[in-house]
Amino acid sequence: MPPKIDVRGVSKVVRTRAGLVPVLDDISFSVADGEFVAVIGPSGCGKSTLLGVLAGFERPDAGMVRVDGEPVDEPRRTAIFIFQQPSLFPWLDLRGNLLLALNGASAEARQQLAAPYIALVGLDGFAHAFPHQLSGGMLQRAELARALMVKPEILYMDEPFGSLDALTRLRMRAELLRILSRERHTVLFVTHDVEEALHLADRVLVLSPRPARIQAVIEVTLPRPRVLSSPELLALKASLLRELGVDERPVPDP
Amino acid sequence: MFADRHRWLALLGPVVLFLVVWHVAVVLSRSLIFPTPWQVAAGLADLARQGLLVKHIVASLFRVTCGYVLAAALAIAVGMLIGWFPAAHALLNPMVQGLRPISPIAWIPLAILWFGVGDLSPIFLIFLSSFFPMVVGTAAGVMTIDRKYLRAARNFEFSGLRLFRSVVLPAAFPQIVTGMRIGLGVAWLVVVAAEMIAVNSGLGYLIIDSRNAGNRYDLVVAGMVVIGVIGFLLDTLMRGLERLDEVRWRYET
Repeated sequence: MPPKIDVRGVSKVVRTRAGLVPVLDDISFSVADGEFVAVIGPSGCGKSTLLGVLAGFERPDAGMVRVDGEPVDEPRRTAIFIFQQPSLFPWLDLRGNLLLALNGASAEARQQLAAPYIALVGLDGFAHAFPHQLSGGMLQRAELARALMVKPEILYMDEPFGSLDALTRLRMRAELLRILSRERHTVLFVTHDVEEALHLADRVLVLSPRPARIQAVIEVTLPRPRVLSSPELLALKASLLRELGVDERPVPDP
Repeated sequence: MFADRHRWLALLGPVVLFLVVWHVAVVLSRSLIFPTPWQVAAGLADLARQGLLVKHIVASLFRVTCGYVLAAALAIAVGMLIGWFPAAHALLNPMVQGLRPISPIAWIPLAILWFGVGDLSPIFLIFLSSFFPMVVGTAAGVMTIDRKYLRAARNFEFSGLRLFRSVVLPAAFPQIVTGMRIGLGVAWLVVVAAEMIAVNSGLGYLIIDSRNAGNRYDLVVAGMVVIGVIGFLLDTLMRGLERLDEVRWRYET
């Protein structure tokens, strides 16, 4: 069976005021159907650019991205991008946003579809709330509900919980795992949080500083639900941090 | 209840004070021409009795409605083109920016040349005056749509007319409404000037005719008062539009 997502030799140069900056350097990997892959790397290394290329928002200068064997050239509703800043349309209430996403579906189909997804993400009773009336965590749930409405095969998530407080972030991770256990999706999840990556992913890709290359791949075979304080997870965390150049061992006294 | 009464007092107090100062000033200056508030009120009653008040108001509102509705329809369409298509922006924006600073009053000779004496000239001038604020508001509204909404729309495969109707128009709508409010304000200013020249009805005509036919300054001021009140009501109407859910989201955090 061919991989769900196949990335071959992707490179990208970005034009900035300082000139041309190589951001992605010959990146290749593949993602199996239903796999949860986290992408981690130092800030500014090009994680978001990589995700943008995968989703078809940006074009690579070299290389190719294929989904189900087909080259990606434009964003598709079969692969929904969720990023840190919620992008629900502020002029529609939650239900309106969810229904609008079902661009083209028949009216009856739409009426029945919104409620279960609002329930799935735990926003019962907020169908008629406008985005500005929802908290940050609720907005990310709503964003997820809108994405799931169109039954995408792939979710691209770019630090989706990055702007939430620590406690809400933990809760949202558990929610995401619960939702994914109900509706299987292939997920690519960009984060700079080591613990978050190990909590969620089947595999973690570690990117190098810019221009990003794949520096290491860490398989996370721990069963779910994962215990953040388990020795196995802590050992993985230590090796991942070492990979990122952060050593956790105490500095010896001089 | 108490707060309500308070608000009315706060509104009425300054008006009463103004009328008193006005009256005293006229009496002290012993002006033979400038009317007291009471004379103006009597003049208004006179106009109303003769049916002239309604006739002039209807004439002015009719011209404003025609010119304004035409302008709104065209300005919103053109503004969306300018805001969305860089080519339309390059072609049309210099024209808009070049014509916009020309006072509609300066167009009066051309209006009479092209449309003659009658309703068409003032309608044309109202059209011109309200067209530009609405074009500029609409174009700015479209150009400043947050990119994350357009990105989401692209992801959900909105395109063509659906993209415009479901995303671009609602996203720009608050600024379109702001442009419409400014446009209507300007239209109401311009109709008075236009009616002083090209026609023989309307509130502008009432003012200039009252002065020319016997220095009836009580009627001149009565006309001004009516213009003020109707202008205020029109703006209140537009402010009502700004309270719609479709507009308010823009101003919530």
